[in-house]
Amino acid sequence: MGNKKLKKIFTLGIWKDNPIYRQILGICSALAVTNLMLNSLVMGIGLIFVTSFSELTVSLLRKHTPKHIRMMVQVLIISSFVIIVDIVLKAYYPSMSKALGPYVGLIITNCIIMGRCESYAQNNKPLYAFMDGIASGTGYAIILLVIAFFRELLGFGSLFGYQVLGEWFTKWTIMVMAPGAFFMLGIVIWVARSLLPGTEEESMKGEAIS
Amino acid sequence: MEGLNPFVVFFASIFTNNMILTNFLGMCSFIAVSGEIKTSLGLGQAVTFVLTFTTVLNYFIYHYVLVPLGLEYLRFIIFIISIAAFVQLVEMIVERYLPNLYYALGIFLPLITVNCAILGVSLFMVIRDYNMIVSLLFGLGSGIGWTLAIVALAGIRKRLKYAKVPKGLEGPGITIIITGLMALAFVGFSGIVQIQ
Repeated sequence: MGNKKLKKIFTLGIWKDNPIYRQILGICSALAVTNLMLNSLVMGIGLIFVTSFSELTVSLLRKHTPKHIRMMVQVLIISSFVIIVDIVLKAYYPSMSKALGPYVGLIITNCIIMGRCESYAQNNKPLYAFMDGIASGTGYAIILLVIAFFRELLGFGSLFGYQVLGEWFTKWTIMVMAPGAFFMLGIVIWVARSLLPGTEEESMKGEAIS
Repeated sequence: MEGLNPFVVFFASIFTNNMILTNFLGMCSFIAVSGEIKTSLGLGQAVTFVLTFTTVLNYFIYHYVLVPLGLEYLRFIIFIISIAAFVQLVEMIVERYLPNLYYALGIFLPLITVNCAILGVSLFMVIRDYNMIVSLLFGLGSGIGWTLAIVALAGIRKRLKYAKVPKGLEGPGITIIITGLMALAFVGFSGIVQIQ
């Protein structure tokens, strides 16, 4: 029974309820870091870590947190994990820490984490909450990588920094700049929604949270 | 960063380094609240107001409390608390003394705490090492730039009601594509001034 529930959490988080294209949450940081695949990968891993552990902590404390200050408690829990990510990056990967700049800190205000803590971790057992965090985070990371794949490939002709396309390729500088990110995200949402038609209420719910 | 002209930063943060269109900050409410010009203008004003003051507030907290105590790594928590506290304070003051303004801004104030642009500007201010005057104008300019972008988007979306949009692209999809086109237009400003 447990396995079935876990499996359901994963398909929901990664595919059916994907935070970015389905609920339009957390796109602030989704766009800024996607001009290189490596940046997106690091960002994705950071987000999976923060989401899963914040959900675990929120879920563990859910019976001891007074209702009216729970938002503040959640923000503090999330910030603590973000600080861990920031310090680890600074210590072991300073160049990446510099490249991501303020966007590591902005994981705090990423609506996905807050939304999942509020809607899932608050009412579920720690193990499931942890898994849900991993699933949502992974769903987010996959979209980041898809966007980054096209942006880096078309903008620099490379993938993870390795030159893939040869000399003949004219680089699409626009893909590396801000407009390219918006266009790519729009297209990803378009494709995902056409392939996977869902009800309108779901997307409305997402907008209400953000 | 000595000798940085505050007004250059001010104009750059409105046009060339616009918070939404080049730094992607504050997207959540940007997409959700841009349905009508009037509401988006209200939100824009509230954001500008909070942004200006929290940037300066966080400047003082960072340079006079956190740096002397060697607690720079706590800045995420401290900034978010100071922003939340400031928003709460403003809400109470405005409700008590300026009821008209409260009705205009009131509903947007709580939304602002989770707006990434506010925290983002404070973090940029720290990373780029701005001084007090520059931080003030940077906050103000970013707020104005944000307002400009959201009002422009609301205006475009109003026209969109009469357009035929492909099925999967309705709602957020087309909004993001439009934002992309706006960003493209703003790239045209990038020759004027540049900050980094």
